Amino acid sequence: MGQMDPLLRIVDLHKRFGELEVLAGVSLDVKRGEKVSIIGPSGSGKTTLLRCINYLEKPTGGHIYIDGTLIGEKQVGGKFVHLSDRELAKERREIGFVFQRFNLFPHLTALGNVTIAPIKVLGLSREEAEARGRQMLEKVGLGHKVNEYPERLSGGQQQRVAIARVLAMQPKLMLFDEATSALDPELIGEVLRVMRQLADEGRTMVIVTHEIQFSGEVSDRVVFMDHGKIVEQGPPKSVLFNPQQPRTREFLKHLQER
Amino acid sequence: MNFFQVMEQKGWYFFTTLMGGWPETLAVAVCSFVFAMVIGLVIALMRLSRWRIPRWFAISYIEFFRGTPALVQLFVIYFGFPDIGFQPSPFQAAIVGLGLNGAAYMAEIYRAGIESIHRGQMEAALSLGMTPARAMQHIILPQAMRTMLPPITNFAIVLLKDTSIVFAVGVVEIMALARNLVTETLQSAAVYLIAGALYLCVTIPMARLAARLERQRQAWQ
Repeated sequence: MGQMDPLLRIVDLHKRFGELEVLAGVSLDVKRGEKVSIIGPSGSGKTTLLRCINYLEKPTGGHIYIDGTLIGEKQVGGKFVHLSDRELAKERREIGFVFQRFNLFPHLTALGNVTIAPIKVLGLSREEAEARGRQMLEKVGLGHKVNEYPERLSGGQQQRVAIARVLAMQPKLMLFDEATSALDPELIGEVLRVMRQLADEGRTMVIVTHEIQFSGEVSDRVVFMDHGKIVEQGPPKSVLFNPQQPRTREFLKHLQER
Repeated sequence: MNFFQVMEQKGWYFFTTLMGGWPETLAVAVCSFVFAMVIGLVIALMRLSRWRIPRWFAISYIEFFRGTPALVQLFVIYFGFPDIGFQPSPFQAAIVGLGLNGAAYMAEIYRAGIESIHRGQMEAALSLGMTPARAMQHIILPQAMRTMLPPITNFAIVLLKDTSIVFAVGVVEIMALARNLVTETLQSAAVYLIAGALYLCVTIPMARLAARLERQRQAWQ
């Protein structure tokens, strides 16, 4: 795979929960180092799209490639078959996922949260993992909280630990699922600052967000989704400030009125 | 001789004789507890499996072992197994019988504990590249343990008391010695009361421990 090929390629992705079609054929390419924000009304399928990328949800149709490697399935004799738990786990190492509700492990300290996967999954020694973990916690501004348990941290601090936990795995791609939606307003800024810093480092990021202003500032491209489809996409300037589609316009207007 | 005179004259003799049953009672209790913990976990994981066949097996197992008396299960193992070519010793039969029976209860305790952990924990572990088995081992079970500790302690109390049925297959524990004493002295009331007191000496502290663990859990939440 050449440097110019997309890091993430989503081809005609479908997801159905019983009768409900949540993704109705989504195709999207994300280049190496590109920052893509996905916006849209709730129920538009943006979170499901993100969860499908690392196979937390199994798509009902379509394919996902990262660095040219098929995700969650493999081709055997011309047919697509699902990967085993072990194979899937190996692919997921490359994909960092930041959850809306942090999902820190409450029985582990901040450092424990950040080091468990490098130790158990990557096979790093405790010393190596802790050195890397401390470095990552410092990066998100929590070098002084390494030994705190999650319940003793604020929401913003917890989310920053969650980001450090992802960084410690050195993923190729980082996915953010409404990373600030569960936070009190005064705590959103500290998380966005960290995300902006990661964006400036040239990481490849796909960000599902309600923070329209933030998405305008950090992303190379904004994707607007509605009813399980991509309605409009392009540079933030055009999608956010000069949308072509009526539905995009309506959504943005609605947000401003709030 | 009335009851009090019996207690005064023979009480100490009864007590020391019955104490001789403790090692066997404890051995049966501890071994079958460990057995139930291990098999119970396997059954619980099958019960929560995404595949139908292990799930059905686990459900049948739990229904069967909870729905039939432990004494019947014990008799099937001790008197029935020789028919298929294996004669267990009384001790083996006791451990397998109480262990298999206890596993059904333990499986439900594990299941409740595992299900009490938020789905996001498993998802976070998977997204970091853990296999479901690894996630269960490092993330889910350690957390579930906190919730499960009080019910497990209660289970241990029940199991300890249930060892009193294994005299029926010839294990010489407290109850077996008590029955021998009664045959020898005909003092049912005194002998069985002392036997009961011996169990209480252990079950009351265990119940206290369970209550304390329960309170601690509430403090965490």
